[in-house]
Amino acid sequence: MPLAQRTSAAAHMKPPSRFGDRLFKYLTLAMALAVVALVLLVGWQLARGSHLAMTKFGFHFLTTSTWDPVAEQFGALPFIYGTAVSSLIALIIAVPLSIATAIYLTELAPLWIRQPLVSLIEMLAAIPSVILGLWGIFVMIPWLRSYPFPFLKETLGWTPFFSGPVYGTSMLAGGIIIAIMILPIITSVSREILRSVPNLQREAAYALGATRWEVTRIAVLSYAKNGLFGAAILGLGRALGETMAVTMVIGNTPQIRASLFAPGYTLASVIANEFTEATTDIYLQALFEIGLVLFGITILANLLAQLLLKTTNNAMSTRVVQ
Amino acid sequence: MINPASLPNTTMDSAPRISQSRIPEPPETLLPQAAPAFKVKQLSLWYGEKQAIKNVTIDIPEKMVTAIIGPSGCGKSTFLRCLNRMHELVPRTRIEGEVLFDGENLYGPGVDPTIIRRRIGMIFQKSNPFPTMSIADNVLVGLRLNGVRKRQILNERLEKSLRMSALWDEVKDDLGKPGMSLSGGQQQRLCIARAIAVEPEVVLMDEPASALDPLATMKIEELIRELCVDYTIIIVTHNMQQAGRCSDRTAFFFMGQLIEFDQTERLFSNPKEKKTEDYITGRFG
Amino acid sequence: MRGDQHTWRKIKSGAASTASSVAALVVVAPLALVFYHLVVSGIGSINWAFFTNLPKPVGEVGGGMVNAIVGSGELLGLAALIGVPVGVLGGVYLAEYGGARTNSLLRFVADVLNGVPSIIWGVVVYGLVVLRFKSFSALAGGLALGLMMIPLIMRTTEEVLLLVPGGYREAALALGISRWKTIVHIVMKTALKGIVTGILLALARVAGETAPLLFTAFGNRFWNHNLHEPIAALPLQIFTYAISPYDDWHRQAWAGALVLVTMIFVLNALVRFLTRDRAVRIL
Repeated sequence: MPLAQRTSAAAHMKPPSRFGDRLFKYLTLAMALAVVALVLLVGWQLARGSHLAMTKFGFHFLTTSTWDPVAEQFGALPFIYGTAVSSLIALIIAVPLSIATAIYLTELAPLWIRQPLVSLIEMLAAIPSVILGLWGIFVMIPWLRSYPFPFLKETLGWTPFFSGPVYGTSMLAGGIIIAIMILPIITSVSREILRSVPNLQREAAYALGATRWEVTRIAVLSYAKNGLFGAAILGLGRALGETMAVTMVIGNTPQIRASLFAPGYTLASVIANEFTEATTDIYLQALFEIGLVLFGITILANLLAQLLLKTTNNAMSTRVVQ
Repeated sequence: MINPASLPNTTMDSAPRISQSRIPEPPETLLPQAAPAFKVKQLSLWYGEKQAIKNVTIDIPEKMVTAIIGPSGCGKSTFLRCLNRMHELVPRTRIEGEVLFDGENLYGPGVDPTIIRRRIGMIFQKSNPFPTMSIADNVLVGLRLNGVRKRQILNERLEKSLRMSALWDEVKDDLGKPGMSLSGGQQQRLCIARAIAVEPEVVLMDEPASALDPLATMKIEELIRELCVDYTIIIVTHNMQQAGRCSDRTAFFFMGQLIEFDQTERLFSNPKEKKTEDYITGRFG
Repeated sequence: MRGDQHTWRKIKSGAASTASSVAALVVVAPLALVFYHLVVSGIGSINWAFFTNLPKPVGEVGGGMVNAIVGSGELLGLAALIGVPVGVLGGVYLAEYGGARTNSLLRFVADVLNGVPSIIWGVVVYGLVVLRFKSFSALAGGLALGLMMIPLIMRTTEEVLLLVPGGYREAALALGISRWKTIVHIVMKTALKGIVTGILLALARVAGETAPLLFTAFGNRFWNHNLHEPIAALPLQIFTYAISPYDDWHRQAWAGALVLVTMIFVLNALVRFLTRDRAVRIL
């Protein structure tokens, strides 16, 4: 063997096997490629399980608002509407709160508070959806029905959004509970974004005599705009796929109503509720198709979020203070 | 061995003329003919587009200490790593030329770098005993992971390697302690023990003492002198006095080229090249 | 005039500070509220019967969730069997091999995969396994959870491995140790704690998942006897009881929720404990 060891140690050491290195490399590569395989798998399964429905209903699936399993009429519009509206409500509530909290954590809070607060937010993130839903049914909804909802109805009942009977389970309740679920992720990503703003920016602003808030607004927020937007879109991605907590408080009625007090239904909820009840093939296929739609929009939202966050990272690491 | 006091001053103005050195020069014919451990032939290396080593040809003698000196960026560490193919860890490097070790080209087709590295060991600037392992495990890791199982052999090599690195007496009762619990100088000696446990023929050292305090440095230098009886040692150093103290041969590199290679005494007292003289008298570097 | 302007700016700054601290309070409030109710409503129903009895039909006293607790454990074990090897080895590839562009793409895909709603995993595994074997099963449930774990573990493993200083790899290779042994015995060993905490975090994450189990594991009022049968799981049981019309079941749902949250929080606390003396934490 060329260049084989000729000392006594050689008598005891085993020759290295090229084979071991090759095998390990390809094994790990195969495992890493699993993520690609998984995305393809999901897409394929969903398409396969819904292609009958797709050919039968075509594009109208997305624009029809009738969901009648008995009559075998399936339109996804109520669920698209429900997902869109509940997510929008969630974003309206969660994004300002999260970004304000992130600002508090990175710029304004006294140091001793920061780590405990971060831990608390992590704990909130760890609460499973079903438990939040449980709390939603037995604590949040009764409370909403007793105080905030009647108040809103009194003051804003003349608008179409707050008209109609107040049941408790409603689109608004769904939006609120999704907001609670997405607060941690938007906060933590925003925090990362704000933290990566170079201190030079802050120092320059302070040196010009800006107040704390002005430093935050001018030196930090404008710099971090894209990243914070990305954090919000990431939250949107989460909101779109939120299932259990929403199902438990939104009312699960496939209808399109202007009023936020009316019960609604989301793409994820209808799958959760009706999948095991689907008695006919076409019913199941329609649900698979809803899954496909849900998969599509969450991928899009996540793609957008990742792109935004990546460009921010690049910008932050190469930007030079003027 | 050269007396550091007779090395030219490193200040620019008061450098004594080199020919006034008191060390006698041995005549050419009495130069000891050492068998070369390495025959490097027209070695060139590129990092991407940039050429870091330019056409170096050198015969490095065995069972001696050869020092490689030069200003930062001159390619001395890169050259060292070419001798055990460690430069391949950096992506996009390209090499031309030959390095003959034991008569065969290290860069020949089908040569497995892993086997080479068992015969040509390396010590790094920053000592790096493996953090999850005890002192004993650190010394033996090379043997164990290369298939040596017999208790008796392992124990023998453990003691022998630690003795040869002048560490045995200090740690013999604490072999189970983590490797990281030693002082900086001891950690570096532990790394030396680890390297010689696999019984290499050559030990490459890349600035082994630059991160150590003077006392620890002295111990390492003593060790190097002792080890060269059994191993060929090639040491890269930015400290000329160290090269003067420890080595038998010195090579001076500059901008990727080998400028001069000679017996250490002669290189420092009577360099043939102007660049060498400029460097050792401190005109740059 | 200047002084007034300055005062106004200071007032604005103070108001902004207050507003953001209020926001932080609002964000943490649900946590306190949920915990309060979990304890108040759930603690009363935590008793020996809860941990040792199977669910009883409505009206009968003394039902428990022992099969759901054990079932969750089983499902997590199955999930780990799939998620850990694929995730860890995939993470090894990303950290130790691969070109910059391939790896960038793979990371991107993994991050996107992390954003797939958990219910979709349930639908996918339904099509793959449940339809095939014509039954809901523990296998299907474990697979759904395991697939979810893969991108999570892959990213955390990669992150920790990249933190291992290059000097150790160099030193090992310089000893003539082959590449794969260097990675396994030196690099992974050094990063072991980080790898384990990444796995624990992934487990804590999927332990609370209900949606993927709705039509894979399906739930079971009795003990599960083999992997091809439906199996009970704590989150599933909580869901079923919560949406039922029975008070007794509501009580048990709270108790189950308290147990589930405790399990998850213990896992997270364990992770925190393991990473207590490290400068960098994996979130």
